[in-house]
Amino acid sequence: MTSKLPSACSPEQSAERRARQRWMSTLAKAKAGDLEALWNNLPSKPAWTVIRSPEVGMVMARGRAGGTGARFNLGEVTVTRCAVQLDYGAVGFGYVMGRDKRHAELAAVIDAIMQTPSRRETLERAVIAPLSLRQEAATRERGQKAASTKVDFFTLVRES
Amino acid sequence: MYVAVKGGEKAIENSKKLLAEDRRGDPRVPELTLDQIREQLSLAVDRVMTEGSLYDPELAALAVKQARGDLQEAIFLLRAYRTTLPRFGDSEPIDTAEMSVRRRISATYKDLPGGQVLGPSFDYTHRLLDFALAAGDNRPAAEIADAPVEGDMPRVTEILNYEGLIETEQPDDDGGPVFDLTRSSPRYPADRAARLQNLARGDEGFLLALGYSTQRGYGNNHPFAGEIRMGEVAVEFAPEELGFPIEIGEITVTECQMINQFQGSASQPPQFTQGYGLTFGHCERKAMSMALVDRALRAREFDEPIDAPAQDEEFVMAHSDNVEASGFVQHLKLPHYVDFQAELVTVRALRKSFEERIRDGSEGSVSDAAE
Repeated sequence: MTSKLPSACSPEQSAERRARQRWMSTLAKAKAGDLEALWNNLPSKPAWTVIRSPEVGMVMARGRAGGTGARFNLGEVTVTRCAVQLDYGAVGFGYVMGRDKRHAELAAVIDAIMQTPSRRETLERAVIAPLSLRQEAATRERGQKAASTKVDFFTLVRES
Repeated sequence: MYVAVKGGEKAIENSKKLLAEDRRGDPRVPELTLDQIREQLSLAVDRVMTEGSLYDPELAALAVKQARGDLQEAIFLLRAYRTTLPRFGDSEPIDTAEMSVRRRISATYKDLPGGQVLGPSFDYTHRLLDFALAAGDNRPAAEIADAPVEGDMPRVTEILNYEGLIETEQPDDDGGPVFDLTRSSPRYPADRAARLQNLARGDEGFLLALGYSTQRGYGNNHPFAGEIRMGEVAVEFAPEELGFPIEIGEITVTECQMINQFQGSASQPPQFTQGYGLTFGHCERKAMSMALVDRALRAREFDEPIDAPAQDEEFVMAHSDNVEASGFVQHLKLPHYVDFQAELVTVRALRKSFEERIRDGSEGSVSDAAE
């Protein structure tokens, strides 16, 4: 897939892309309820038009033979996508696993706002950072529970 | 003369109503919620997602409820549902090396970087019925270690690879197409991608039995569970309108790498080879069985004799799918009244000529009479 992507990309463009990949990932992995609650707490929201209504479909998830080898099709995952345009022109996309249309639409709206430099910082603080913290905490706790099941081998030495 | 027969609409309608009532069971018992199924029957949900070939825990829970816990029926329901959805595209290959690990064990190395992480497993239970669960109101709490598991856990195959003692799985050309059995029929000989997709969707019981048969000597391939890991991985997808990949969520997967001794052939040195298993959710028995059968099906690649069922790719691939298998077996319940009338006529005629021959003292065989 990587080979199909445009290869020439300025450092600013690639930094911008990485930033967008990060917030889109955070929005996609968020629990829909958390996203909705943080969104509702925002004091001001721009108006938007839905340019592609939330649509439920699938993406074929691929694996690699042996984890590193040739690609194969493992099975599909449900995905909902949506595209919106803010009243001042910015276009945002939402691609989120599952079938929650509201989740996809909010993700698209926030993606659009995040591309607006003057609004990015506020939204980062109010929505993205709290979601990201929650996700990191959940991952950490999962990892700590797993770590409690790690085997401590010890060897018995017979004194003769 | 052919006479069309209609009827049974009323009986069928009423059968569906009876099914619905039986599904609900005693109305004095609270109805199951999808949340309860997803959270408390999670391994049923995982199996339905894996063999239903669609990752969506809510839909799988609904399928389990609708199928009254008949998992093959639930798998059928999920397969049918997926045909109603458009496909947006293909994900980037998931990177299981980046897995957020909840279980990781190796039967080949005791001390390996990252350690043996048992995770949630039935393996260490005594399989005694736990009557505390029957009493209800269980609030168990897991232990929480000070630090999470290490992020960087090298694969066991990487460790073997330092010495060059294991075949290396090389990535294919990432731009090329990947065989998809939901879009085209299998061709034989099949490539590894076709086989792995088929096995990933295949019936756990069928693959378990085939895997077991390889251990008992039908296509023996000396396996070790090199590594089994279960946990969460990100799913990355590059939408056309963006032109770059984004993470669209996280899925739980179970991966098994079987390591198998290989004696070498005229062209290849003795080394270890691999069988690979990968499933949605926590389907460990399935992932292990898949890895055994994947390795058995690689016999041709390693110039091994093909003499056991598990090594016969056409046999395995054509019979692994429980939706197809169940459909063909269960179609026998459909009315075959006319077919059967024809058989009755034939058998009566054969019987008559057989009896005539006995009466006449003829020595002709039954098979002669059938011709």
